[in-house]
Amino acid sequence: MSFADHLPLLVLLVPLLGGVLSVFTGGGRVPWLWACSVTLLTFLGALELFSIVTTAGTRTYALGDWPAPWGIELVVDTLSAIVITLVSGIATVVTFFARRNVEKDIPADRLNFFYSLWLLAITGLLGITATGDAFNLYVLLEISSLTIYALVAMGKETDRRALPAAINYLVMGSIGASFLLIGVGYLYMATGTLNMADLHETLTLMREAEGGFNRTVLTSFAFITVGLGLKMALFPLHTWMPNAYTYAPAAVSALLAATATKVGIYMAFRFTFTVFGSDFGFLQPPNSTVLMACACGAVLFGSYVAIRQRSLARLLAYSSVAQIGYIVLGLSVLQTDAVTGSILHIVNHALMKGGLFLVVGVVAWRLGSSDLSALGGLGRRMPLTSAAFVVGGLGLIGVPGTAGFVSKWYLLSGLLSSGHWPLAVTVLIGSVLAGIYVWRVVEIIYFRPPDPRHAEVSEGPVTMLLPVWILIGLSLWFGVHSAGPVALAGEAARTLLGQGG
Amino acid sequence: MELTLPTIALLTPLFGAILIALTGRRPDLREGVTLLTAVGLFLIIASMWGPVAGGERPSAHLVELMGPGLTLALEVEPLGLIYALVASFLWIFNSVYSIGYMRTLYGARSEGQTRYYICFAAAIFAALGIAFSANLLTLFLFYEVLTFSTYPLVTHARNEAAFRSGRIYLGILVSTSTLFLLTATIWTWVLTGTLDFTEGGILAGKASAGTMVALTCLFFFGTGKTALMPFHLWLPNAMVAPTPVSALLHAVAVVKAGVFTVLKIAVAILGLETMRQTGAGDVVAWFAAFTIIVASLLAMSQDNLKARLAYSTIGQLSYIVLAAAIATKSSITGGAMHIAMHAFGKITLFFCAGAIYATAHKTKISELGGIGRRMPITMLCFLVGALSTIGLPPFGGAWSKWFLVQGTIEAHDIAFLVVLLVSSLLNIAYLLPIPLVAFFGREPQAAADGEEHPPAEHGEAPLLCRIPIIVTAIGCLLLFFWPRFLHDLAALAAN
Repeated sequence: MSFADHLPLLVLLVPLLGGVLSVFTGGGRVPWLWACSVTLLTFLGALELFSIVTTAGTRTYALGDWPAPWGIELVVDTLSAIVITLVSGIATVVTFFARRNVEKDIPADRLNFFYSLWLLAITGLLGITATGDAFNLYVLLEISSLTIYALVAMGKETDRRALPAAINYLVMGSIGASFLLIGVGYLYMATGTLNMADLHETLTLMREAEGGFNRTVLTSFAFITVGLGLKMALFPLHTWMPNAYTYAPAAVSALLAATATKVGIYMAFRFTFTVFGSDFGFLQPPNSTVLMACACGAVLFGSYVAIRQRSLARLLAYSSVAQIGYIVLGLSVLQTDAVTGSILHIVNHALMKGGLFLVVGVVAWRLGSSDLSALGGLGRRMPLTSAAFVVGGLGLIGVPGTAGFVSKWYLLSGLLSSGHWPLAVTVLIGSVLAGIYVWRVVEIIYFRPPDPRHAEVSEGPVTMLLPVWILIGLSLWFGVHSAGPVALAGEAARTLLGQGG
Repeated sequence: MELTLPTIALLTPLFGAILIALTGRRPDLREGVTLLTAVGLFLIIASMWGPVAGGERPSAHLVELMGPGLTLALEVEPLGLIYALVASFLWIFNSVYSIGYMRTLYGARSEGQTRYYICFAAAIFAALGIAFSANLLTLFLFYEVLTFSTYPLVTHARNEAAFRSGRIYLGILVSTSTLFLLTATIWTWVLTGTLDFTEGGILAGKASAGTMVALTCLFFFGTGKTALMPFHLWLPNAMVAPTPVSALLHAVAVVKAGVFTVLKIAVAILGLETMRQTGAGDVVAWFAAFTIIVASLLAMSQDNLKARLAYSTIGQLSYIVLAAAIATKSSITGGAMHIAMHAFGKITLFFCAGAIYATAHKTKISELGGIGRRMPITMLCFLVGALSTIGLPPFGGAWSKWFLVQGTIEAHDIAFLVVLLVSSLLNIAYLLPIPLVAFFGREPQAAADGEEHPPAEHGEAPLLCRIPIIVTAIGCLLLFFWPRFLHDLAALAAN
């Protein structure tokens, strides 16, 4: 086996070992430098893996040389390669950004532990994306979740409300994870296997033999759907998210918003399409109406509540609730263009929302607060940061020229060509509502007089602005040059829907 | 990206904007750059007139936006060339006027002027993108760019009134384009698999009559820049902007982008033949007729000069919307010509309104008594602009109205003929009293609060304001005697 064959494992092993070793890096800037190197190395590996998968097709890796379905198998297909690259890339940028925020939010003697948790969380997220084993996925989900609860709780140094937020997240997240575990358990009961590809085959054979699914499989599907709904904060199971994003350290919010929710959605894609298959009875109308209703509720409720927020972080969190709705909406109609739009939006929204949460990070570092009332006159004092917010915000609205437009275009054309007019109208209304919550902030930034408490504030340092503009710039770049991503997402969508490719 | 003439034309104002940003600290240099860019741009666009009139279609592929069929591409055809010529020509004189106006009122170094000139250049960039777009996707992209690049201009004053107006401006334009125009565009894409502007349209045989009606309504109402009622309120609100902005953007670039879009969509997406067969434009035509009459009536009740001109614009724009909805050859010819004719007439009127404000600080029509004796040239030009807008010879507006009327006769729509004629009478009623009062009225002696105010001593408008006014007024006259080049392009566009 050559070096490249080990890449699926290496992108997990590097951050895992890096996370463990981070504990021994002492203090000062060393833990941060260590985390930067580890994420960068992971990202380089992921890029290499991405180019292999997109040229040579799906990679599989049998852990410890135990052949599937008995051993744990890593499977990296187009969709996983996209998400692995996305997660490791954004993790690299956010880690580079994080230093000043973390130094402000976390006591100096705990920096090594912070970055240890940070790297382990990234390991879990990458592992979920790479694994081809349903139980292994649960284990990795717990690794990422437990570390993220702790990371959120570390916001307590600046705001004690981080503790109840973390507890709330812990309880809701554990319920979600338990549901997932129960679901996977039922699946194992029914089929006797845990390997995803094997599960799919066995389930298909069972259905053909029995002329339908037995109750165990249906129950498993219900548990898994609700569990994943909790994990990815799908309305109405989103209640843990706004507080967690608001009170977590700013760097953690950025990492969570850009990667953790996206991996949650990735799990939904995996279970929906790879394990159960798109022709599974529960995904067909009228049952899929439940999913559509949740997604529409997410779009309308999330956008509406975002308009009424007083804190920028909370506003962006509710905006995420709405944007997750878009992605699930595309998934729920099982149409190629719509699913393409969903996959594109996973990437595009991660870039935009990641960039926007980094803006929150800069603002919080300079002003000590991300309350909208503190943002008056920011346009003049922090012009580059403000401009980044405007560009990212335009992306959330879906203005042409931004990446948000491309995903919205495919989502809408999928919805229209499959005749789902009410859903299309929901997406459009969501865009208008997004326009309102984004422009509310833009007006405050550019038209409100400066808050006297923050009159002396100046632009953020280059090392913070650079990561912000990398993410925001990428979201612009993919808004104009999206032929490549569209083709890739289309291929992934066709594979998921079982249309070859 | 292919570097052909359309691309060069498109990029010129963009480079101009960058240069303006770099020279922002030196006002004279900055404004010199603006003027040079404007003149250069006009020359580039004018150089395309010969080839396009001769049947060539200069084109350029910019980027493959989302994949096959969904690209950013440019193609210069007669209708777009008319719009581009008008916008770029008037940008030259509008820049001259801007310099005079802004320096008289605020001084050369006042805050935000660099932003002002940058946004102006960006708006022209977007307008050219719309004019030269080869497909609906490109048009939609530049349409939104135009909305957002003009927002800082509308809110230039940065006060409460400005930002409230800006909110209405963005709110109406963005929500109509997102809710209706985008839907119609994607629907067209789903139905036909193409978005390229094609002679004769792309929907023939691919959409039922009901779908055609729905699509036409979505396209026409989605183009909020046409200020078709009930989505017209952004236009009077945008008058809070400095007058040169109102003049170029809200009499020429922005609103004409709207009517250009509907003409273009009627000709090259919906297809005139298909529209007539399915009666797709009927609903929109009645809304346009309603807008023409109601806007004229509302204009009469406005005492603020700029507000009256704004409502007049709303009515005049609906002439073109009506022309596109009727979808006959003459009406499209008339609509295309009216883009140019109304632009010259209305920009003259706005220039005069701005000159009056900059010189005499008067905004209300009721205060204008006798001002013609102090500012004879300005008010004479106002008269010319008014007559051209009404559509009386010997001014350009007469020709476009001629073809618009002919279009309604071709379509056997007597009702719309009556609407056009009644509206002309209304135009006379709300426009002509202004110069009459200015020349023959008495100067107001007492202000409304009863206190005695001696009339402010002032003479003509500043020279830099006067020159553009004279040029555009003469333009109105010349367009009557030499309408040939314009008519030929317009007729090409309609065929």
